Amino acid sequence: MGKLSLTAKSGNTLELEKMASFLTSRLSNAQQGLCPVDTVAAFVNVCLSQSCGKCTPCRVGLKKLGEIYDRILDGDGSAEDIALIERTARVIAVSADCAIGHTAGEVALKSVLAFRDDYESHINCNHCSAREEQPVPCSSLCPAQVDIPGYVALTAQGRYADAVRLIRKDNPFPSVCGLICEHPCENGCRRGMVDDAVNIRGIKRYAAEKAGHVPPPECAEKTGRHISVIGAGPSGLTAAYYLALMGHDVDVYEKRKFPGGMLRYGIPDYRLPEQILTDEINVILETGVKLHLDTDIGTDITLDELRNNSDAVYIAIGAHSDKKLRIPGEELEGVTSAVDLLRRIGDGDRPDFSGKKVAVVGGGNVAMDCARSSVRLGAESVSIVYRRRQEDMTALAEEVEGAIAEGCEVVSMMAPVSVEGDESGKAKYLVVKPQIIGPIGRDGRPGVRPADQPEVKLEADIIIVAIGQAIESEKFGEHGLPLKWDTIAATDECDFEGIDGIFCGGDCATGPATVIKAIAAGKVGARNIDTYLGYNHEFALDIEMPAPSLLDKPACGRVKMKERAANERKHDFALMEQCMTDEEASQECSRCLGCDHFGYGKFRGGRYFRW
Amino acid sequence: MVNLKINGIDVSAKEGTSILEAAKAAGINIPTLCYLKDLNEIGACRICLVEIEGRDKLFAACNCPVEEGISVLTDSAKVRQARRVNLELILSQHNTECTTCSRNGNCKLQSLAEESGININSYSVTPPKMNWNTDFPLIRDNSKCIKCMRCIQICDKVQSLNIWDVEGTGSHTTIGVAGGLPFESAHCSLCGQCITHCPVGALYERDDTAKVNAALDDPEKITLVQIAPAVRAAWGEALGIDREKASVNRLAAALRKAGFNYVFDTNFSADLTIMEEGSEFIEKLTHKDEHKFPMFTSCCPGWVRFIKSEYPDMVDMLSTAKSPQQMFGAVAKTYFAEKIGVSPDKIYSVSIMPCTSKKSECDIETMKSSGEKDVDVVLTTREVAKLIKMHGIDAASLDEEEFDSPLGDGSGAAVIFGATGGVMEAALRSAYFLVTGKNPEADAFKAVRGLNGPWREATFAIDSVEVRVAVASGLGNARKLLDAIRAGKVSYDFVEIMACPGGCGGGGGQPICDGFELAGERDEHLYKLDADNPIRFSHENPSVLKLYEEYLEKPLSHKSHELLHTDHFAWSAIK
Repeated sequence: MGKLSLTAKSGNTLELEKMASFLTSRLSNAQQGLCPVDTVAAFVNVCLSQSCGKCTPCRVGLKKLGEIYDRILDGDGSAEDIALIERTARVIAVSADCAIGHTAGEVALKSVLAFRDDYESHINCNHCSAREEQPVPCSSLCPAQVDIPGYVALTAQGRYADAVRLIRKDNPFPSVCGLICEHPCENGCRRGMVDDAVNIRGIKRYAAEKAGHVPPPECAEKTGRHISVIGAGPSGLTAAYYLALMGHDVDVYEKRKFPGGMLRYGIPDYRLPEQILTDEINVILETGVKLHLDTDIGTDITLDELRNNSDAVYIAIGAHSDKKLRIPGEELEGVTSAVDLLRRIGDGDRPDFSGKKVAVVGGGNVAMDCARSSVRLGAESVSIVYRRRQEDMTALAEEVEGAIAEGCEVVSMMAPVSVEGDESGKAKYLVVKPQIIGPIGRDGRPGVRPADQPEVKLEADIIIVAIGQAIESEKFGEHGLPLKWDTIAATDECDFEGIDGIFCGGDCATGPATVIKAIAAGKVGARNIDTYLGYNHEFALDIEMPAPSLLDKPACGRVKMKERAANERKHDFALMEQCMTDEEASQECSRCLGCDHFGYGKFRGGRYFRW
Repeated sequence: MVNLKINGIDVSAKEGTSILEAAKAAGINIPTLCYLKDLNEIGACRICLVEIEGRDKLFAACNCPVEEGISVLTDSAKVRQARRVNLELILSQHNTECTTCSRNGNCKLQSLAEESGININSYSVTPPKMNWNTDFPLIRDNSKCIKCMRCIQICDKVQSLNIWDVEGTGSHTTIGVAGGLPFESAHCSLCGQCITHCPVGALYERDDTAKVNAALDDPEKITLVQIAPAVRAAWGEALGIDREKASVNRLAAALRKAGFNYVFDTNFSADLTIMEEGSEFIEKLTHKDEHKFPMFTSCCPGWVRFIKSEYPDMVDMLSTAKSPQQMFGAVAKTYFAEKIGVSPDKIYSVSIMPCTSKKSECDIETMKSSGEKDVDVVLTTREVAKLIKMHGIDAASLDEEEFDSPLGDGSGAAVIFGATGGVMEAALRSAYFLVTGKNPEADAFKAVRGLNGPWREATFAIDSVEVRVAVASGLGNARKLLDAIRAGKVSYDFVEIMACPGGCGGGGGQPICDGFELAGERDEHLYKLDADNPIRFSHENPSVLKLYEEYLEKPLSHKSHELLHTDHFAWSAIK
């Protein structure tokens, strides 16, 4: 036998590894290709560069596939080429000797089946139907289309009030979103191609905090038209804000004691302090929006009455009812829903969990909110019980990590089976069945099934069910609005075909989603109500924008938001995230590549001057 | 002010000024290709790159603003190399068969390549294929397109028609008809502004010189040619003859030398247009309740195509008068044919126009007063320059010659048809006479001249009647005016619209001088010619008066209607 040795990586190998990791981050951080045919052609070539060259389908098949793609892209393709790609890709997928080949074939096959129109367009018209749709990736990924490069540039210049005004052109919740937005904008940030996405949400929070109170703009001349909004959550208040600025009279009806919807009754104070929310809502009320609290539609005032006394109605009731586990013992004392717990806390009634063992069922952000709130309510222990793996949780990774840091235990791969109570009828155990991870499902996530292992009894006095929210939509259905499951089935224009004067958006129309989506719906609703009433009010950019920065943009780490130490923060409901320092904010703003100016943005779509 | 250094020279510029403009003001030339001031400052071609000392990346001078304290290098080794490579890359996708190109000798890319000393391309040259109906008056050659986006910008921002759009992605990106439409179905006015703003030969008009030469060579044909007002302000540019020397009488001499049997002036029929359109306006004004107002001028075919496709509900507000080109054609093959005793089918009628849309106008199926096409073929100002070159004529050395009679007389009022506001001014001069029986001051209506604002308006008193008029040029401006009229925000009695900015002076068929808008200068020249003309009123054109006396009887007579008016609803602008 020869001697064994530990192989050190050669310089070339290391360089290649770097390039591969660059490619990975380029693909994952920035926009995908635009044209599906072009993208798959590039992918096939990458796969070919990975081929060892042993088996025929991978070595030759991928090469030939690439040639056909080139032909089609150059406008020399024929209708037979589509069939040829399909046949070749199918054979590569089933006959290559390893995954390098068959996954490449599968992608080509899927694309030719899914994007046949694009292939045909290339062959018949010499081009595809795809086009640049993300000239400024962050703004176009923001459901409300907030002018992100604009407010980052203003923040960099210390023009914080202007930054807030610019954000409010599209989103009346800059402070709230600065703290809790899910920031889909960052997913497409082109800076990710260089190093890492710009911390956009952090910059927004910094600008909003620095700006302090910024009054809303003047309302347009009174129109004499009257609009009723049902629900004072982010969607309803957004619609109300823009409608008031357009000069309409707006009344908002809210069932609960306080306004804010899920911002107040879903998101705990340690993420979004009550005072910040109140201040932000007060700015909206400064426009003259009238708020009617403790007013339930159907009980205190009927939808018919609202329709009769207003020119249009916007329904934004959110998703405030709970979903049940449907397991034996769920009715026992100690079992509660996430919605109920968070609502109670939102109304200022914080239960004492001292000495209690809490089990939270679910893996979404709401589950994390419940778990972390439970820690703050004094629980002796908190477990997060989830039937899949931790990485399959829908909660943001930082939320899960935060919960763990505060002492929560993630009990994954366990599905609740029943709740067992003690002799007084109080919950004592959550019985769970171990699961095994399985094949990837249609949604791209791996499924689970019961494992061949015995059930486990988890000690739990408090069981919080956080497996989703439902919408109390029945009475609107009875009123003739279309329902789909429990959502109110409004169109993408936030209205209803064949029903005049009623508009609807936010969680109640889409099912539980994000704050920024609810805000976007409010904006769409306001615009379409204004148009419906025969007006054409516009919100125009009236802020002089700074010149683009010509500084080099060398690679530089992303400033992450710091949090108060877990040991300290877990004892109170005070805001746990710390704002960027001036130094951090200045550096982070300078990382923005200015896609509104550089690249396609300068030609088209760099800035939405009005809506 | 911002202080910086460019190539070591201290420069001050207003905040927001581009590095390119700051350098230009300091006498430093930075080469450009895609750049068009105020219209296309998008940093696409990467030819105007400059280095900022101490910074790694190069910047496009056209759209990067000056910064305090920077030191800009426009001619460093790094800049020259980048410029050269980018130029070679552009050339590698460009059909470089310059010898057969419409822009041979007047091409921004060709001159850039020459200035950069390119003698070999490091890259293989693989231009995309051309794919266009070459029978159409406006032609796009994809193999020449350098994707500067200027055509998109001029059509979107100035003409508001959005005909062109980016098509395809990545290296396959090119320009196509918006919405993937066949070009014939797009709402294109054929104004030709995309042609005059294209830096290369990717956009051009159909070359009709061969048809004209065939007619000139045909002994059976009697060839006659008309020269549009605005041509006389620009034709010399294409032949290197200065504006003063390049008079219309010298052009007449050149065309006679090329073989035309009769050389006439569109000014004649411009005066005729005023008689008809002016009378139509007075007729409408005196029966106000029976008509919709304003009355729109109808002499610009780009505008007529525009209103037909974009504002069909307002087409009945157009004057029914044919354009001067078509009136000329109608009169030439009837009145003039009878005069010289030939059958209209023996006459080959050519017109020289500053316009690409006229090529389509002469093909409108209803424009056949004699039974034959009123006008057989239209050459642009650019094409006529080419025709003169083809015939080996040294136009500059020719003596001036008079037009033939009788379709060669024109007034000063006719000359200014070629400038924005000119038709209105000419019409008002004669309308005043028609109402009051006496002439106004010739320059009484000059308030409508100029290029300022989306449109210009004025109110004039003719006898005790107030006439409210407006003038717009450029279709984006026309759209603003029409929207305002439609919304009831403004109201006028008479409105002149020209599709091209500045009117025919800036016409899409005029010589191309890349980077310069010459409409203002050419229009000024026309006003000078008007002032110098002994006849300033259309109704004093002796040949026009004679035509009425001998043939048409009077404006708006039955015969006039037959020959000189048209039904705008009888044809479609879109296929």
